[in-house]
Amino acid sequence: MPKLSYLKALNRALGDELERDPTVFVLGEDIRAAASNVTAGLFARFGPDRVLDTPLSEQAFTNFATGAALAGMRPVIEFQIPSLLFLVFEQIANQAHKFSLMTGGQCKVPVTYVVPGSGSRTGWAGQHSDHPYTLFAHVGVKTVVPATPADAYGLLISAIRDDDPVVFFAPSGALGVRDDVDFSTLAPVPLGVGRVVRGGDDVTVVALGHLVQDALAAADELAGLGISVEVFDPRTVYPLDVEGLAASAAKTRRLVVIDDSNRTSGFAAEILAIAAERFDLDAPPRRVTRPDGAVLPFALALDRAVQPGRDQLVTAIHAVLEEQ
Amino acid sequence: MNLYRTVRLIRRFEERAVEFVRSGEIVGGIHPYIGQEAIAAGVCAPLTDTDVITSTHRGHGHVLARGADPARLLAELMGRETGLNKGRGGSMHAADFGLGILGANAIVGAAGSIATGAAWAHRRLGRDTVAATFFGDGAMNEGMLLEAFNLAALWQVPVIFVCENNGYATTMPVASAVAGSITARAEAFGIPAVTVDGQDPEKVLEATTVAVERARSGQGPTFLECTTYRFDAHHTFEHRARLTYRSTEEISAGRSRDPVEIQGARLAAEDRAVVDAEVEALLDAAAVIALGSAHPDPAAALEFLYASPEVLR
Repeated sequence: MPKLSYLKALNRALGDELERDPTVFVLGEDIRAAASNVTAGLFARFGPDRVLDTPLSEQAFTNFATGAALAGMRPVIEFQIPSLLFLVFEQIANQAHKFSLMTGGQCKVPVTYVVPGSGSRTGWAGQHSDHPYTLFAHVGVKTVVPATPADAYGLLISAIRDDDPVVFFAPSGALGVRDDVDFSTLAPVPLGVGRVVRGGDDVTVVALGHLVQDALAAADELAGLGISVEVFDPRTVYPLDVEGLAASAAKTRRLVVIDDSNRTSGFAAEILAIAAERFDLDAPPRRVTRPDGAVLPFALALDRAVQPGRDQLVTAIHAVLEEQ
Repeated sequence: MNLYRTVRLIRRFEERAVEFVRSGEIVGGIHPYIGQEAIAAGVCAPLTDTDVITSTHRGHGHVLARGADPARLLAELMGRETGLNKGRGGSMHAADFGLGILGANAIVGAAGSIATGAAWAHRRLGRDTVAATFFGDGAMNEGMLLEAFNLAALWQVPVIFVCENNGYATTMPVASAVAGSITARAEAFGIPAVTVDGQDPEKVLEATTVAVERARSGQGPTFLECTTYRFDAHHTFEHRARLTYRSTEEISAGRSRDPVEIQGARLAAEDRAVVDAEVEALLDAAAVIALGSAHPDPAAALEFLYASPEVLR
């Protein structure tokens, strides 16, 4: 079976949607040259109006996409750096997201914001290493963080076809993932539907994006000790697949969340709150996150020290299994 | 006659709206457009049905000049179900997509780039749509508007940037806020820019007609600086706050050039009286409709939050 990389899956999804729907266009910085490789080959295929290289004017081109969407198009913006989303938070959270309600449903704003290389990029330091998916979930913008090439393909297709703004985070740590994929099976993946990546009986681990790989590795490691770990990947941060998560937690009755967000009000905090409200667990749930208020320091050992990792996850799993 | 009707309609709508703020029928106050009516009237007059506009926090005039139903605008200000936005937007967000009104926007300078994107997209979709986007002198210091000038000029977007220079960004005088000149900022991007007497609807109409022709024929954006004066408060909260950033002498001088009088003087007295009576009858009926309209059901507070709500569980 052919190999498909995560990055190539993004490229393929964009190409397929550009081909299928003439109202789709991509805009962003250095996308003609395909600096991130996400748009590789697309300029040659679709030309300058469909692959629109922009000046460094993030706020204006984000609103520009909103305007184009109001006129009937489906723009996809590529942001080269996750922190640029802080710069355009107003344009997404306060403009694009609010048009539908504020106009009483007169319009829709189907814009997709793609961030290839979110989270730590190893050595890119404080201002290029954020992973701000929690922020968008908090304000109610549809937000996805796919883990695998097939999900990256399917969720990008669904994000583009959705009639609302969708932020699409492609974690740096997942871009290199390559899977055996039968290309004929590539299909849209619905927003808001999670997936049990690995079935298990003793504990549910909730993981997103690149951390799914860490969760699977931890599950392998613990299987050798006779511990059966179920890995649940929500895939969409907002709206969250609460029912899917509830089904897994009802089976294992123990829960650990690994989340590459800062701890306070992070995605893991929301999962634990839902667990407290709704789930019947045999032990208090645990979370593995970035520390409170973390800024990623440059030096490699420091960068790694503030990221949630496999060892902490294994420790947390042992802890919830030991508690009654 | 049409220009006079528009400025008169906006003036009387706003005067009545201020009264409805005082009486409590409009909650949250408004930013009255009184004094600036000639700009909305002159800019919207040469636009066609397929053109689009974006508006500002001080937006009632633009929305009315574009042809919105005064009853539905008033109902919107009152938060009623029959409002343009079904009571979900209010004074600062009035929109009527059926008339190409892509919404009033409460973030200063934000709509310029939205209008630029809309105009670019309409052009790409094969339409000859022109966009007019209104903003004040305060927006000239918002980076994203200057970014929009650049995009519009680079890509020859059919958009008309209409700067309503009323001399103040809330309380900040333009001379204390804008270095250099307003038109020079647009010219720096290669956008033709003119300064127009924003108290005279015919002068605004004349300049806009040139800008529309340029845009429609593929020659790109134009910048209009319309000098004007806001007769009333920045916002109706000022009626209680009694701010003193403008002297009474300055206000009297500013009010001496009244767009309603300037345009009214061009009509025969009897014609003017007919228009005035029509406007009053229209606004009387609008008030009856708005006041008689239902309030939205609190159970539907988040209706319309998503265009595709089916993915939500």
